[in-house]
Amino acid sequence: MDEEPREFGFNTRSVHAGQRPDPYTGASATPIYQTAGFVFEDTESASAYFNLQEYGNVYSRIMNPTVGAFEERLANLEGGVGAVAFASGLAAQAGLFFALLEPGDRIAVAKALYGGSTAQLNHLARKLQIGVDWVDMDDPDGWRRAVTADTKVLFAETIANPGGNVLDIALAAASAHEVGAPLVVDNTFATPYLCRPLEWGADLVIHSATKFIAGNGTTIAGAVVDSGAFDWSNGRFPSIAEPSSAYHGLRFHETFGVYGLLMKLRSETLRDFGAVLAPFNAFLLLLGLESLAVRMDRHVANALAVAEWLRGQAGVEAVRHPALADSPYRGLVDRYLPAGAGSVFSFDLESGREGGRRFIEALSLWSHLANVGDTKSLVIHPASTTHRQLSDEELAASGVAPGTVRLSVGLEDVDDLVWDLERGLRAARGSAVTA
Amino acid sequence: MNEFQDRRTIQEIVHDARTVAIVGLSASELRASNFVGYYLQRHGYRVIPVNPNEELILGEQVYPGLRDVPGHIDVVDVFRAPAAVPDIAREAVDVGAGALWLQFGVISPEGAAIAQEGGLAVVMDRCLKVEHARLLGRMHWLGFDTGVIAGSRR
Repeated sequence: MDEEPREFGFNTRSVHAGQRPDPYTGASATPIYQTAGFVFEDTESASAYFNLQEYGNVYSRIMNPTVGAFEERLANLEGGVGAVAFASGLAAQAGLFFALLEPGDRIAVAKALYGGSTAQLNHLARKLQIGVDWVDMDDPDGWRRAVTADTKVLFAETIANPGGNVLDIALAAASAHEVGAPLVVDNTFATPYLCRPLEWGADLVIHSATKFIAGNGTTIAGAVVDSGAFDWSNGRFPSIAEPSSAYHGLRFHETFGVYGLLMKLRSETLRDFGAVLAPFNAFLLLLGLESLAVRMDRHVANALAVAEWLRGQAGVEAVRHPALADSPYRGLVDRYLPAGAGSVFSFDLESGREGGRRFIEALSLWSHLANVGDTKSLVIHPASTTHRQLSDEELAASGVAPGTVRLSVGLEDVDDLVWDLERGLRAARGSAVTA
Repeated sequence: MNEFQDRRTIQEIVHDARTVAIVGLSASELRASNFVGYYLQRHGYRVIPVNPNEELILGEQVYPGLRDVPGHIDVVDVFRAPAAVPDIAREAVDVGAGALWLQFGVISPEGAAIAQEGGLAVVMDRCLKVEHARLLGRMHWLGFDTGVIAGSRR
């Protein structure tokens, strides 16, 4: 203990945080603890685990050492005190909102949001009597105007899907803290390598780990990371600060301090929801995090190169990549995303709905697929797939044009990606495709 | 963060301490102090309850104040209101305790300064149980960041 403890860098922590060589076998990779339950040492230990008096493994619906290694690594990279993993990003989001909100509460949410999240919030609002206030995140007064004395949570994405809107995190955090509410940020598109919202005043980060964290499009997964900085005993969150009936009157915030919300999220919400991450999936996510930084650098460079190329092409109307020099989000990118604005963006074809269909059909290298953040380049045309039931007017209201195409740029050679896109654009313009 | 959360100080206390006097240890199994005392006993520390209103907590004889405790105290662990800390710090200095540890929310810069000037190691607004579980225990099984980064087996 003669040396000062070292502050290790992001790359070092990406490969080491949350995991040491297995003390029993010396295994260097994280063992996959593929077990449902864990044998108790004795009856005293068993009751200590059930009473939360001691940290111990009980049952893999609540905790698992492989899952725990992933949770710790993600929490470490985001700068949080801990994390709770879930079976998917939407499960993580539903679990967190279920833990934080009571009937009658309101939640202020950025309008520019992943469609699956919008659908989930509308569903929660109907079933649980939660009021949702939709916010224009590009309006500097948007959050302040939307927040009321009943607002319990503010929620937005670091980089919105699919519009590419960039959140002014510090501004939203200030509005949240004025009313004693936490700011929750979905950091899926940025990853902790490009942006760490907790450093800018956000209180909780959620992830669809399915995307860049898994990295190879292999695994559905999600997680909640807590900064530990929010004061849950401010009188607005009785379910966290007041005695819990599920644990004989235990007060989570008083007893576990900065770890209180995560203890509750794990031992009450996850336990009761059951949407638990499988140990093998956690193992894949650990591998993903080990290469996150090197992959993201290539994703960022490839996406920017593709966006800049697209901008000069005939038949392309608008390219919405937030890091382009003339993007309205350029200032926010400089502040919050200096290492890059991710690799998912959209552009519009002049040839509309029919042109979009021809564009997709002409592509042979890009995969037509409803996911993002894969090593492979992915493309989707909302007007003929996810949004195909909508009229042009309804499409416009949801921020999607008939000719909008969303790209998730992978790790291939840029020349090959551009070669294929050129074939698609020729088809969209109505010309014959020659391979 | 405050100046009394030095990682090295925390490591030394957690590794080296054997006897922990818990001031304000509650007899109720639901209170944080009882959680901490129970946990420390399970991990081999000798817990000395300090509480003027009880006689036996966690199977240990209770003393009304630090000056009544026979023998050396390695750590004085405080679960009291911040206003009570300066007096507790003076007692801790008088009995020659090794460290003053102020739990989550027990924030008293005055008390911390008194103990520091008296030669004690000081930790403030941190939980002894959490730091033990972080550095030596099983907290990583539950997805908390321990800050431990190492590729060796030691």
